[in-house]
Amino acid sequence: MFEIFGIPSQALFGQLLLGLINGSFYALLSLGLAVIFGMLNIINFAHGAQYMMGAFAAYLLLQYLGLNYWLALVIAPIVIGAIGIVIERLFLQHLRKLDPLYGLLLTFGLALVIEGLFRNAYGSSGQPYQVPPALQGGRNLGFMFLPNYRAWVIALSVVVCFATWFAIERTRLGSYLRAATENPVLVRAFGINVPRMVTLTYGFGVALAALAGVMAAPIYNVSPQMGSDLIIVVFAVVVIGGMGSIMGAILTGFALGIVEGLTKVFYPEASNTVIFVIMAIVLLIRPAGLFGRRA
Amino acid sequence: MLFPTRLVFALAALLCATATASAQDVAVKIGVLNDMSGIYADIGGAGSVAAAKMAVEDFNPAAHHMKVEVISGDHQNKPDVGANIARQWYDVDHVDVIVDVPTSSVALAVNEVTREKNKVFLGSGPASSDLTGPKCSPNSIQWTYDTWMLANGTGKAVVKTGGDTWFFLTADYAFGHALERDTSAVIVANGGKVLGHVLAPLGTSDFSSFLLQAQASKAKIIGLANAGGDTVNAIKQGAEFGITAGGQHFAGLLVFINDIEALGLKTAQGLVLTETWYWDMTPANRAFTKRWQVASSRPGKFPSMLPAGVYSSVIHYLKAVDALRSASDGKAVVAKMKEMPTDDPLFGKGYIRADGRKIHPAYLFEVKKPEESKYPGDDYKLRATIPADEAFRPLKDGHCPLVSG
Repeated sequence: MFEIFGIPSQALFGQLLLGLINGSFYALLSLGLAVIFGMLNIINFAHGAQYMMGAFAAYLLLQYLGLNYWLALVIAPIVIGAIGIVIERLFLQHLRKLDPLYGLLLTFGLALVIEGLFRNAYGSSGQPYQVPPALQGGRNLGFMFLPNYRAWVIALSVVVCFATWFAIERTRLGSYLRAATENPVLVRAFGINVPRMVTLTYGFGVALAALAGVMAAPIYNVSPQMGSDLIIVVFAVVVIGGMGSIMGAILTGFALGIVEGLTKVFYPEASNTVIFVIMAIVLLIRPAGLFGRRA
Repeated sequence: MLFPTRLVFALAALLCATATASAQDVAVKIGVLNDMSGIYADIGGAGSVAAAKMAVEDFNPAAHHMKVEVISGDHQNKPDVGANIARQWYDVDHVDVIVDVPTSSVALAVNEVTREKNKVFLGSGPASSDLTGPKCSPNSIQWTYDTWMLANGTGKAVVKTGGDTWFFLTADYAFGHALERDTSAVIVANGGKVLGHVLAPLGTSDFSSFLLQAQASKAKIIGLANAGGDTVNAIKQGAEFGITAGGQHFAGLLVFINDIEALGLKTAQGLVLTETWYWDMTPANRAFTKRWQVASSRPGKFPSMLPAGVYSSVIHYLKAVDALRSASDGKAVVAKMKEMPTDDPLFGKGYIRADGRKIHPAYLFEVKKPEESKYPGDDYKLRATIPADEAFRPLKDGHCPLVSG
């Protein structure tokens, strides 16, 4: 066994893999943010709260309706996405012509309200949620013990991320969407219902957050503040990747997960600041982000 | 003879009037200061306010010619916010005593303000044993637990039962460092060995990387010198990574029943922890819990040791004020509380030491397996009782200026 920087290579490979797993959560969440910002020009600060609602939906479905993890994986994103659509219809559509700052303030307020309601109803210490039986246990990879559930998380998020990228960048529907962001009036002239498309896009972005929430429920503490712990990091990821760049958000998410994982080995105390240090450097050198287009 | 008779009646009436006035005179205002909306809202929060009100109800102020009012505030776990509320309560709102105050940093700030204003601080919530050590005050009593007691209870018991090699997963701030320091001392003193530690930032959501480091250390015990959501996440992910299945065990150094409920017994089973009060230990505790669930409108939830400590400390405080017939001199009230032995339905008989440490037994619990749990909240089985005179730091080791002079 050889060593790299005084760390046994086995431990290092293990940490790389773990970083990739955490990165898959960052990627899923920043993807949703990037889709919403790219298509609606709204900085969705309620994303963390919507992720939390996804995790709670999984818990509530199990607790009150007896529906297991697999059903929650389908139902929770649909339900929370529908709530997102209602939010878009009620509030966000009125802000479309204003500065993005208004959307940011509104969604930030919404996030506080949602968190407060959940804290009031369920308390702050969290709810139990188990790993589904089919994914319990794990396998020994030689250099680390990989829980089956983590392998599933990484596989599912890679599939979802690239499917989303493909849908937006490579299909006809995606091209309508992108065109509608560039010039909504012209696209409407071709007979396409732009407002409805925008609403559905917001719902889809929210559903992505809820999906990440369901995936997080078995491994993270399901509590009302779980989203606000994560959302700041995810925003840093989006800023580093470049606001509105789909592929940028995905790749940066995975890459920063790895960077954070390695920091946890070499200097654990800095592991929750390293992403912000990178963000500061990126903003100095490339203000539009690594993959961003200059406005 | 008409005139003197009138005078006698008038004098008698006057005497009666002053007598009733002085008997009704003692007005007391209790301020419950804690985290009402953040991560510690469940262990104390509105539940502690309800407990304080229950204590007042049970004391029955009317029978003692007293008038007691309970108010509450949210310190948001910020020392500056906590100190400001304390100042306003003492200066403007005529609060006589502040109770609960979880989060050690806030408690240390309130401790100083209370000393300056000569009021009373009854800490049911704070963990740092410095409150009865270098920072001890003639105006403060630390009621329920402290870091030394947690380290001593869990650390000693685990080493004695074969868990002699430890690896610490420590929250990277004052509380975590103190807990690790105190526990390491206990482990070494009992013949155990500390193999290493990792400092995890507060509020880390993914512990898997730290857990792998703990796993690689081959230590028998992974000591969790953290609290709340951090502890829950570490244990939850530890189960996933096969830590317990691989023969290593967690020792939770500050775990509340709320954390166990958040984990579920399936994940938390086998965890060893120390507390000074458990809702299901005695008929009195169960009766308290039933009333508390209604009073705090938390059906199906269980009180941690914090509300219990608030109840017990408020009862004893009111007894002391009644004995003095005045709440105005904080130092005098605390001196009276130290002089009188404590006795209440939840903590039984006990006393308060010169350094402000309330003395009672501590209990080492093990979390039950799901099949052992018969009803909701049936989470612990008692492994050992640590007698009152061994549960807390010996008086001479605390370096409290009140004791050493």
